[in-house]
Amino acid sequence: MALSRQEVQKIAHLARLAITEPEATAYAESLTRILGLIEQMNAVDTTGIEPMAHPNDSNLRLRTDVVSEPNARDKFQGIAPAVEAGLYLVPKVIE
Amino acid sequence: MHTKTVAELVAALKAKQVSSAELTKLFLDRINRYKDLNAFITVDADKSLAQAKAADARRAKGEAGALTGVPLAQKDIFCADGWLTTCGSKILSNFVAPYDATTVAKFNAAGMVCLGKTNMDEFAMGSSNETSFYGKVRNPWNTDTVPGGSSGGSAAAVAACLAPAATGTDTGGSIRQPAALTNLTGLKPSYGRVSRYGMIAFASSLDQGGPMCRSAEDAALLLNVMAGFDARDSTSVDEPVPDYTQSLAHDIKGLRIGLPKEYFGKGLNSEVARTVEAAIAEYKKLGAQVVEVSLPNSQLAIPCYYVLAPSEASSNLSRFDGARYGFRAKEYKDLIDMYCQTRAQGFGAEVKRRIMIGTYALSAGYYDAYYLKAQKLRRLIAEDFKQAFEVCDVIMGPTSPTTAFKLGEKSDDPVAMYLSDIYTISVNLAGLPGMSIPAGFDAQGLPIGLQLIGRYFGEEKLVNVAHRYQQVTDWHKRVPKGFD
Repeated sequence: MALSRQEVQKIAHLARLAITEPEATAYAESLTRILGLIEQMNAVDTTGIEPMAHPNDSNLRLRTDVVSEPNARDKFQGIAPAVEAGLYLVPKVIE
Repeated sequence: MHTKTVAELVAALKAKQVSSAELTKLFLDRINRYKDLNAFITVDADKSLAQAKAADARRAKGEAGALTGVPLAQKDIFCADGWLTTCGSKILSNFVAPYDATTVAKFNAAGMVCLGKTNMDEFAMGSSNETSFYGKVRNPWNTDTVPGGSSGGSAAAVAACLAPAATGTDTGGSIRQPAALTNLTGLKPSYGRVSRYGMIAFASSLDQGGPMCRSAEDAALLLNVMAGFDARDSTSVDEPVPDYTQSLAHDIKGLRIGLPKEYFGKGLNSEVARTVEAAIAEYKKLGAQVVEVSLPNSQLAIPCYYVLAPSEASSNLSRFDGARYGFRAKEYKDLIDMYCQTRAQGFGAEVKRRIMIGTYALSAGYYDAYYLKAQKLRRLIAEDFKQAFEVCDVIMGPTSPTTAFKLGEKSDDPVAMYLSDIYTISVNLAGLPGMSIPAGFDAQGLPIGLQLIGRYFGEEKLVNVAHRYQQVTDWHKRVPKGFD
């Protein structure tokens, strides 16, 4: 199916990507081509087939609820764009 | 010394013909001399030489392990404590990793020396190494052609003898396809064999790290270090790790090679087809027998992959938001705008395309038609392999439908680019181990790879089958002119 520019803008917003109008036009074209490739999937009837999420079908392991990692807050925050008093700074979200 | 295999370098280090510091200097000099290949994103001679000296001291004390002192290059997707780790992206252009990936920690513990971080397609999304924010990589066999991708920097580095070996990662062919295009031996292990901890995630149910090197023996030596259970990777498989060098010399008389008829049809370059057939003939001389097998759903691997991989990527890459690490846009109105601007400026076009495809496939109303449908096809593709392995021990075919293509030839056409992984992608979907080994050259002198596909956790058989071929051929020993 062909994606419109408006649909591309909506997808981009869901993906938290700012895109300009000319970019939306270009992405509408390339994403439509990719979806065309993807839609070859419809040639096969998959009724009753169990979906496969993963190569090893087993359940994920559980672990005991114990502290396993050392505290490396200063090291991690040393590479952050903006921190203060041990907190990550972002634009105000609550007035 | 620079054309030697890892196994040969180990022997030279043991015999005290060379020190790790000397070897490291030699390769660092070559990296600098051939920097126009753009194989590396980051080189840090002081760090490398410090590791080399520590390795030499360890050897002097009689505490050297099997690979102590051997240098190798790390794909820039592996976090290495204190090293800039970009994943080929602007969004991580200032990311100095605060911890080691398990694979990096294991190589460090083995006393191996990191020569630097190799260039790659941005977030491993590409088959030509042209999507890197740090520029395209050139193929040393012909510098107007691509080295393949996404592990293109690792491939170019080893092919040009700037490193004896390198790590790669393979989500849809990113170890095997560049190995084929640059005359290397590349091994993608079974899903769950090598820890993904600290390996920046692209598509978590498909990604696997593995070695890129000059011989099957080297692949076995490196896999000995990389393989094994890791509690920090939730999908790591807790199975014992054999010594992969032990099976190398096993006789392959009676080996049943399955040839999938779907891998020899339309779209396969005739020179590649002839070369693969010649390699199979060589195997027959070694006592193997050939059976035809069918992987009827293999045509669906690419559409299936281009739903699953972008879906997983759109989720994995949501962590890059400019809040905690990496690049942050300079100007924004509010928090949402900070995310949107950071990601718009931080990601390249191919990464954005895949994030959007994945976001779309997972969005309300489309999930069943795309994501669930693709997961069902994935089951059919995996079942095809199960059936095939009932009548054969190893599957063989071409790694890539063509030899190295020209830089820029496919970079404007994502769909054409995706088709270059047509023979590799289904192996990731099924979680099986796959290998590419050198099998000859086309009329232009460009390398051709033979792909070997094994049973789940059948790496011992794969390196064995590859090694036997390399005992009677010398394709893998060829080095591109000007780099020998």
